[in-house]
Amino acid sequence: MYAGLWRILPGPLWVRIFLLIVLIAAVLTALVLWVFPWADHFVAPQDVTVEQ
Amino acid sequence: MTLTGSTPEEASFLRPRKRRPKVSVVGVIGELFITAGILVLLFLGWQLWLNDIIVGSQQAEVASQLSEEWENSTPADAPTSPVPVESADPGLNVEPATMVAPANAERFAVLIVPRWGADYARPIAQGVGVSDVLNKIGLGHYPSTQMPGEVGNFAIASHRMAYGGQLKDLHELQIGDHIYVETEAGWHSYVFRSLEYVLPTGVGVLDPVPQNPDVAPVDRLITLTTCNPFYSTAERLVGYGVYDAWYPRAGGPPAEIAGTPAAGGS
Repeated sequence: MYAGLWRILPGPLWVRIFLLIVLIAAVLTALVLWVFPWADHFVAPQDVTVEQ
Repeated sequence: MTLTGSTPEEASFLRPRKRRPKVSVVGVIGELFITAGILVLLFLGWQLWLNDIIVGSQQAEVASQLSEEWENSTPADAPTSPVPVESADPGLNVEPATMVAPANAERFAVLIVPRWGADYARPIAQGVGVSDVLNKIGLGHYPSTQMPGEVGNFAIASHRMAYGGQLKDLHELQIGDHIYVETEAGWHSYVFRSLEYVLPTGVGVLDPVPQNPDVAPVDRLITLTTCNPFYSTAERLVGYGVYDAWYPRAGGPPAEIAGTPAAGGS
């Protein structure tokens, strides 16, 4: 899978590394901005109150 | 795959891959598992660290905006602001200004605790709903308890960690530390008295006289509840404070917090 991704990336080695870093940064940004806040709703809410 | 036109270094870098025959199913499944594991770790890092910092600074910002708003709105509201009344309480000069409980999830006060840093100020809203108040706004006021400055118990709840972790350092309070509750009318000053550890069902801490439901209150108390231990919700950590003094807005903030970002001053 990831080997395939590496093969698809065009250009010489440094271009591929640069593209990979851009890709990773884009994925991380998407995770932090949208995916994690969305996933947060499904994590059991942390109760901090005292109740009966 | 062809290596035509590639430089020799690149070719040598790619050669081992070329030897691998085809993408194997097991290999892809393995990579997916590794990816899933990394995602879970990233999520935990986001929830417990990154989002904690982001939410914390947003709430500090909201708190200082509230303080500023109140500071600026006071002159216009001056005629309606409560006239100082002699207090029957021997420890107080004037009767603290109290307020009517606001609507659910409405911000009505700011918690300022110098022990937790000069810039520690977090908004307090009505209600203790996890999704509408505690995860979003910050501290929540138990609607069944009294309002700040009233005789009885002003009880608030908040996260110990994640979502801003407003009461992260509750265990670090020492006897005599001030806990300020700023409202539109001024600053209520409480003095920290003690900690108590209870089970999540320990609602006695919310009584007007904590743990004594049948006793009529005479003191004005503040109660802070959060979870304990860290990374768990097995118990509740409870901090108590007793009323110390009332600082009407016209007289400016208490000296201890005057000029700090928490008081909205400059």
